[in-house]
Amino acid sequence: MEHLLTYLPLLARGWLVTVALAVVSLLLATLLGALGAAGRASRAPLARGAVLVYSTIIRGVPDLVLVLLIYFGGQRFLNTILGALGAPTVDLSPFVAGVIAIGFIYGAYLTETFRGAFLAVPRAQIEAASALGLRRWPLFRHVLLPQIIRAALPGYGNTWQVLVKSTAVVSVIGLRDLVGFASDAGKTTREPFIFFSAVLAGYLLITWGSTRILAILERRAERGYAHAR
Amino acid sequence: MRVDLVLRNWPLFAEGVWITLQLTLIAVAVGFAIALPAGLARARRAPFWEPVLGAYVYLFRGTPLLAQTFLIYYGLAQFGWIRSSWAWTFLRDPWWCAAIAFSLNSGAYATEIVRGAVATTPKGELEAAAALGLSPRQSTWLVLVPSALRRALPQYGNEVIFMLHGSAVASVITLRDILGAGRTLNAKFYLAYEGFLTAALLYMAITFLLVWLFRRLENRYLRHLGAAR
Repeated sequence: MEHLLTYLPLLARGWLVTVALAVVSLLLATLLGALGAAGRASRAPLARGAVLVYSTIIRGVPDLVLVLLIYFGGQRFLNTILGALGAPTVDLSPFVAGVIAIGFIYGAYLTETFRGAFLAVPRAQIEAASALGLRRWPLFRHVLLPQIIRAALPGYGNTWQVLVKSTAVVSVIGLRDLVGFASDAGKTTREPFIFFSAVLAGYLLITWGSTRILAILERRAERGYAHAR
Repeated sequence: MRVDLVLRNWPLFAEGVWITLQLTLIAVAVGFAIALPAGLARARRAPFWEPVLGAYVYLFRGTPLLAQTFLIYYGLAQFGWIRSSWAWTFLRDPWWCAAIAFSLNSGAYATEIVRGAVATTPKGELEAAAALGLSPRQSTWLVLVPSALRRALPQYGNEVIFMLHGSAVASVITLRDILGAGRTLNAKFYLAYEGFLTAALLYMAITFLLVWLFRRLENRYLRHLGAAR
């Protein structure tokens, strides 16, 4: 047990890497999800088709496979293109590869969340807003967005919880996150059970904290609505 | 793209598909065996079991499958008394460790699915069963369980696909499942992505097969709810 205390600062650093990876991936996923939802809502068949292909492929492939594919294959692909352009080659870091893979996966799930939330806004409100003379951006910003956030929040929270757990697979390509540091410490001290238990505790801490924060956010988004309960 | 190498090494992938299917089916089957009693107990808030099952579900749903698998495969080896017990025959074997970890994981998710389906069973169904003179035991097994399991089918389909994708973690603890086959191919011929791409396509194919299968099952068993597609 005293080993655990010695390694606690290292584990804390790994935990922060895990949280950072999850947060940056969520930002990318949110961006892709918004683009995807806009694509699904668009009238252009090409945009709709592209989004459909994107989400179908992503939903069919395990996160670990995609992480490996992007880390090893993406590197080769990128450098082939850069080489053809005469540019110097680059190294894809495990963190960046992880963000791209996790961001792409959960972007596909958020596409559906955002689309559902967009469809939940009554169409008549859009007509009313344009009748009042609101242009596209003010209409989106003041009429659609607040209601989309409210409707999307529960699904967004669920996706976040799943995404956090998904980040663990990035340790397989050598990222020194919570799992990575704990694996090393477990080998060095010959106490792997203690350190992997600490890993579980570290993830439970994120899950528990997120639940609390999400509850606050949902209450905020619900203000102004009457509730039966 | 070296398609020839993939095609020439098809037995590697065939064996990988077999191992992936084994692990997925065992996890889902054992998980179901856990989830049926556990879900019923949770829906009824069984006095003694509620905190135990609540902790089990929270722990396994709140942490990554990769970390759970590591805890069982690497972690348990820390203890001498486990290594000298009869259980070591199984726990030293990565296949058994993966099977145990995946089963416990799937059991936790499935418990919540069963709990939800049981809890949302219309009261009228049970009142009708009582009015027909069914004993509490009969109304549970002849009315409540069949009704709840049918309604749980769509979510259960998602859980099976989730487990299929999660089973790729087995390749990290040296098993040659689909992803393991891809990694072996890449290592053997110094390839960057061919093995991963083949693995991705195989997972996608099995995913679509499962989606199709569950859609057929839903058409059959949810027809009375008018949800047939």
